Amino acid sequence: MASKTKSPKLNNVSRAVSKAVRSYQSDKDMLIQILLDLQSMFGWLSQEVLTEVSEQLEVPITQVYQIASYYKAFSLMPRGRHIIKVCLGTACQVRGSPQLLNIISAMLNMKPHETSKDMRFTLETVNCLGCCAMGPVVVVDGMYHSKPSTPALRKIFETAK
Amino acid sequence: MGNQRLSSAKELEELRKQILSQRRPDKPIITVCTGTACQTYGSLEIYRKLADEIKKQGLEGSVVEAKATGCHGFCEQGPVVVIFPQEICYVKVKLEDVPEIVSTTLAQGRVIERLLYEDPVTGQRIAKDPDIPFYKNQMRIVFGNNRHINPRDIDDYIALGGYSALSRALFQMTPEQVLEEIKKSNLRGRGGGGFPTGIKWETTKNAPGEPKYVIVNCDEGDPGAYMDRSLMEGNPHAVLEGLIIGAYAIGSQEGFIYVRQEYPIASENTIQAIKQAEEYGFLGGNILGSGFDFKVKVHRGAGAFVSGESSALMCAIEGKVGEPKMKYIHTAVSGIKERPSCLNNVETWANVPLIINKGAEWFNSIGTDGSKGTKIFSLVGKVNNTGLVEVPMGMTLRQLIYDIGGGIPKGKKFKAVQTGGPSGGVIPEQHLDTPIDFDELTKLGSMMGSGGTVVMDEDTCMVDTARYFISFCCEESCGKCIPCREGLRMLREILTDICEGKGQEGDIEAIEDIAEVMQDASLCALGTTAANPALTTLKYFRDEYEAHIKEKRCPAKACKALTSYYIDPEKCTACMICFKNCPTEAIHGSKGIIHWIEQEKCIKCNTCFEVCPPRFSAVRRISGEPLPPPPAPGTKVIREKKR
Repeated sequence: MASKTKSPKLNNVSRAVSKAVRSYQSDKDMLIQILLDLQSMFGWLSQEVLTEVSEQLEVPITQVYQIASYYKAFSLMPRGRHIIKVCLGTACQVRGSPQLLNIISAMLNMKPHETSKDMRFTLETVNCLGCCAMGPVVVVDGMYHSKPSTPALRKIFETAK
Repeated sequence: MGNQRLSSAKELEELRKQILSQRRPDKPIITVCTGTACQTYGSLEIYRKLADEIKKQGLEGSVVEAKATGCHGFCEQGPVVVIFPQEICYVKVKLEDVPEIVSTTLAQGRVIERLLYEDPVTGQRIAKDPDIPFYKNQMRIVFGNNRHINPRDIDDYIALGGYSALSRALFQMTPEQVLEEIKKSNLRGRGGGGFPTGIKWETTKNAPGEPKYVIVNCDEGDPGAYMDRSLMEGNPHAVLEGLIIGAYAIGSQEGFIYVRQEYPIASENTIQAIKQAEEYGFLGGNILGSGFDFKVKVHRGAGAFVSGESSALMCAIEGKVGEPKMKYIHTAVSGIKERPSCLNNVETWANVPLIINKGAEWFNSIGTDGSKGTKIFSLVGKVNNTGLVEVPMGMTLRQLIYDIGGGIPKGKKFKAVQTGGPSGGVIPEQHLDTPIDFDELTKLGSMMGSGGTVVMDEDTCMVDTARYFISFCCEESCGKCIPCREGLRMLREILTDICEGKGQEGDIEAIEDIAEVMQDASLCALGTTAANPALTTLKYFRDEYEAHIKEKRCPAKACKALTSYYIDPEKCTACMICFKNCPTEAIHGSKGIIHWIEQEKCIKCNTCFEVCPPRFSAVRRISGEPLPPPPAPGTKVIREKKR
């Protein structure tokens, strides 16, 4: 889910990576699992994090970067304080999620996959969250909203500072 | 708790007896569905409040027990609460209903009429969940236990006979006999491929090389399908038991459960289930004292649709980029670390304990000639009863959509049903009486796939649907082989152009040509099947493509570039509803002054069309014809005098 954890300070990177690596007994096969843990801890994977993982796990940095750039769960850019996820699964699609994305995009003046300049919002899309009965669904900071009206959306975004 | 490790079949039966002796069958149990959909409707709060209220009203302990279970399947009506043993089912329960449920139903045994499900056809209230048409027409042999089980308590599973199939396999059958039973059952892979499970197991068993691996595929990537999630979350031990039995038959000592990271509850519950199974000795060394050793690890996926493909998934388990490999040799022979690896879907594994307990003959008595047993479908989209549905193979699409699904909402007209996810296709009305199984839907150009069933009505544009699936696959294509990578990119361009009114003569033929190359030359199933949605929509709805290309008209009035919104001044009552809901302030007018849409500001989000009350129906969608001019600014509503 959306990470609410604040990024630990830079000097903590090494410690955080070390902890993650040790929790998988420095097993190189566990690279994806280690990166997943770090992604949820920091909210994104910075160059420092990737370099630390490469050094501590003794895996070439190219391989770490390849994994981090291939899988969708990883973000190589810092993300906003509030994460908005619009579900574009088929069920939501049929029930009007493209319109919902369109509305949110217009209201916040942001394109999908963008982070606002003030780092307030990141607008993401996801493929199916498995709650198709509620579609179209938008998740803001882990809270699910089923087919929100325009006034409801305005309220949600206003309260997210 | 610190459960004691069991070291024989007898000890398991003693434990079961002990668990059952502590549970009185007449004692009311109130279960709250905490599947993902119900949870988002607040079912966790309802569960907590129930537990509190039971305590407050002095019913705790021996009288009533509240239980949070996995998904019951009736997601449309969530949160769902069922009271056993009477099976009283309350739907759309709110937090404020909780005290009354406790004081009226639990304490006095009286039913609260207003919380019961109301049949939309007859208007009758139905008290028991087996009598609700949604459940009545199902056959829930795999999924049915979800409503009885707290997925975080292994004792619940054991109380229902859990792990008896494992004990039977270990002590009364040789690995060969287990394999033979699965082969005889004709069980086929539930993930979509439909490959005979027994033959897959046999291939891995006979393949040279040690160790051998067994894997659960819970990388459910098909958008609109969530049955694996609900099984893994709601009844993880059933999957685990199937996996252990499979490992015994195949001769594997190590297994993996690959769960997609979008499903955090599924991986939490699985990890918990593994821990509890280890404590009781269903996992680890010398399982139940049989001498058989088996351990299992959970591996979270990192978000890549193609990782559900067997060779790609195994790469991901090795910690590498999940790209498919050319399968000159099947993964069953050479998979993880080039060792024999048997991968089955969640639902396939969950069928195994049932077959071992009830026999291959029983399993063969359910289903069609070529497809045995049941299948879980996620029935979603434009259908009244959205949810998870388990039916015997061979039920027709019409029965599924109308008898169980309750038909199309708001009296709209059915257009098509999309099955098989991005690799599948659409099936139109004239084929609704087709029985659903692995082979019949393939004949129609679609497939059963993992069970995603998305219903579409007259408002869904078929060209846009094709564009949606193609762009989904385009983003998910790993890019390793050219036919898939470039073919999808070209298809997306053409389809987007058609949707935007830039389609040209010859586009349809180009789609067909590209699709053919992709089918012949792609590396893995993602590429060979990715064009199916385009091909089937073309096959059954060619007229919609032609309307887009030749008339620049979207018959469903869904394609943004080809549709405009217009407020009919004759019908507008200046009620301000659309005005307030418009996200871009494109609607002008005020109380008593007829509204009109400023086309330059309109983003065509459909909001005004949806919010305009049906008794006015003033907002119109116009496609393929010129837009009438707006009324003169300040035109007032002329109201008919009230009689």
